Amino acid sequence: MSRLLQRLFGRLPIGWLQLTHNRTRFAAAIAGVAFANVLVFVQLGIMNSMAVATLRPYEFFRADIIISAADANAIADGGNVARQWMLQALANPDVIEGMGLFVANVPWDRGQTDISLTTFGIDPFKQDFISPKITADLNLLQVNDAAILDRLARGITRDEAVAIRPQTPLSFETDGRTIKAYNTFSGGGGFGGDGYMLVSDQTFLSLFPARSSAAPDHILLRTRPGTSVDEVSEHLRGQISDSSLRIRSYADAMAEDLRYQQTRRPTGVIFGFGVFIGILVGLIIIYQVLSTDVADHLREYATFKAMGYGSRFFLGIVFEEALVLGVFGFIPGLIVGTTILTVMAKVTTLPLSMTLAMAASVFVGTIAVSSLSGAIATRRVAAADPADLF
Amino acid sequence: METPDRDVIEVRGLNHWFGIGDARKQALYDLNFAIEAGSFTVLMGPSGSGKTTVLTLLGCLRGVQDGSVRLLGEQLNGARETTLMTLRRHLGFIFQAHNLHESLTALQNVIMGIQVHGDVSDELAHTAATHVLKLVGLADRINYLPANLSGGQKQRVAVARALVGNPALVLADEPTAALDGDSASEVVDLLKRLGSTRGTTTLLVTHDNRILERADRILVLEDGRIVSDTAPQ
Ligand SMILES: Nc1ncnc2c1ncn2[C@@H]1O[C@H](COP(=O)(O)OP(=O)(O)OP(=O)(O)O)[C@@H](O)[C@H]1O
Ligand SMILES: [Mg+2]
Repeated sequence: MSRLLQRLFGRLPIGWLQLTHNRTRFAAAIAGVAFANVLVFVQLGIMNSMAVATLRPYEFFRADIIISAADANAIADGGNVARQWMLQALANPDVIEGMGLFVANVPWDRGQTDISLTTFGIDPFKQDFISPKITADLNLLQVNDAAILDRLARGITRDEAVAIRPQTPLSFETDGRTIKAYNTFSGGGGFGGDGYMLVSDQTFLSLFPARSSAAPDHILLRTRPGTSVDEVSEHLRGQISDSSLRIRSYADAMAEDLRYQQTRRPTGVIFGFGVFIGILVGLIIIYQVLSTDVADHLREYATFKAMGYGSRFFLGIVFEEALVLGVFGFIPGLIVGTTILTVMAKVTTLPLSMTLAMAASVFVGTIAVSSLSGAIATRRVAAADPADLF
Repeated sequence: METPDRDVIEVRGLNHWFGIGDARKQALYDLNFAIEAGSFTVLMGPSGSGKTTVLTLLGCLRGVQDGSVRLLGEQLNGARETTLMTLRRHLGFIFQAHNLHESLTALQNVIMGIQVHGDVSDELAHTAATHVLKLVGLADRINYLPANLSGGQKQRVAVARALVGNPALVLADEPTAALDGDSASEVVDLLKRLGSTRGTTTLLVTHDNRILERADRILVLEDGRIVSDTAPQ
């Protein structure tokens, strides 16, 4: 290591030698940096899983434009939108198809665990609006009280999920009605529910008698191929006189809802703040280690100054130390962070995992934070006065 | 009078003060002397007489306030910090405390004395440092950390570090004060012997009478003034 750094810097790796001279302190410093890394990884992991969980239901559908109520901040969270607006939108020659989408949570009492399924009511004749990832035959939904169930939902075992076939449906009671799941698709538990379920709009309305077929939660539209979705959305905003509605391209809706979850919802803000705290902890730890180290070596630095070494040399030492701490702290931080996220994912069934983007950005962040701490700590080198040596 | 280029140091009308306002106190009064290249000069005087102040001024570690100091042909009064830093690379410092870097081995400490010149290859620095450590009798200790060396050995490493860059001038402030008699004369012998073979000029502050016999010249300071300038035979 020492040789490698000597090659790298073209001088004795004094920072490295200085840091590793006191093994206990070095280990403690690395543990501190690793801890800060773990903190950031866990917070980022949770934020990331919030993003995955927020966007996941969007991926069940295929649409170009979505019309939602003003207060609907996610596709899984709705508000009545009059169906007449769909008809009006269809009058636009660039809009070729529309579908009303209903959404509500359906409780399922599973004995020891009560789970809640975010249930979408769809038109089973509009296959075009369903993502090709959902391979189950929608015709199954034409039967009353039929459902397609999320095989990754919390509380549903793998064996149970595998057993669900059109010939061997899984029945369960909810609010006095018996639902029969004839097939499955892949969703997963999120923050707002334990999993998903698809039913026909007719079944949805019989599950929620207070809801009206004239007012779904969202209206999904498909535009003529080759037209600009943004332009069509713009047109629709002019045509549809209810200005409280949000008429957005499907892509914009995904991006806006994600931003809302991460910056406006308390949970998003808290986890974002957690990342900030992690960065701050890292900054303070590295600064503390570096400035103590500089203070402990003021005599040596003063001697080097007397010998004719300039400020570039001292900056080099401190930055070398900052980099060593950053890199050596990141490695155990990554290992522990990955382990924690994996275990948390198992326990919570949230989509928590270490991603390459997370690892890369935390690494870059760690190096940036170390350099910043180093830059602050070098100011202390000025205190080394060679005139005090004699 | 010596010709100017034979003088490594030329001091004219040097005054120095410490402190500001009412606390301002003069430490040096109108010093005038020159030091010839290759000489071994001892600077003596009672405690507080200004010996260390003179060394720090000549060593470019403190700014000259009043008067003229020429070091290796450069005027120090008014010189820029970068000039002073470059000049310091031609000096060798030996302090009362060895001031070795605790995390570096004897060899690495000595290499620091060469590396400051920048344009030296790792191999050359390594060879030169090993050679000087042999000269100071530490061939079998080159990879020791300072913590594992005796006081005399540490000071010999410091001598090696000061000499390895072939400095024009060595400034030593009581380098033997912390050493027992034998180690002390060993260190002074080394300084004198290595200095004369390399043509290094040495200015050494000491209280140690045994060193006086080895001096080419003895300057005595008292209350910031030179009171005696002799050359013992
Ligand atoms: N940094 C300083 N600030 C204020 N006064 C100082 C400073 N350094 C030295 N002095 C004063 O200048 C005078 C000369 O000090 P100097 O250290 O040069 O003496 P010295 O001959 O080296 O003494 P010693 O033999 O004790 O080392 C003393 O009166 C001292 O108190
Ligand atoms: Mg002194």
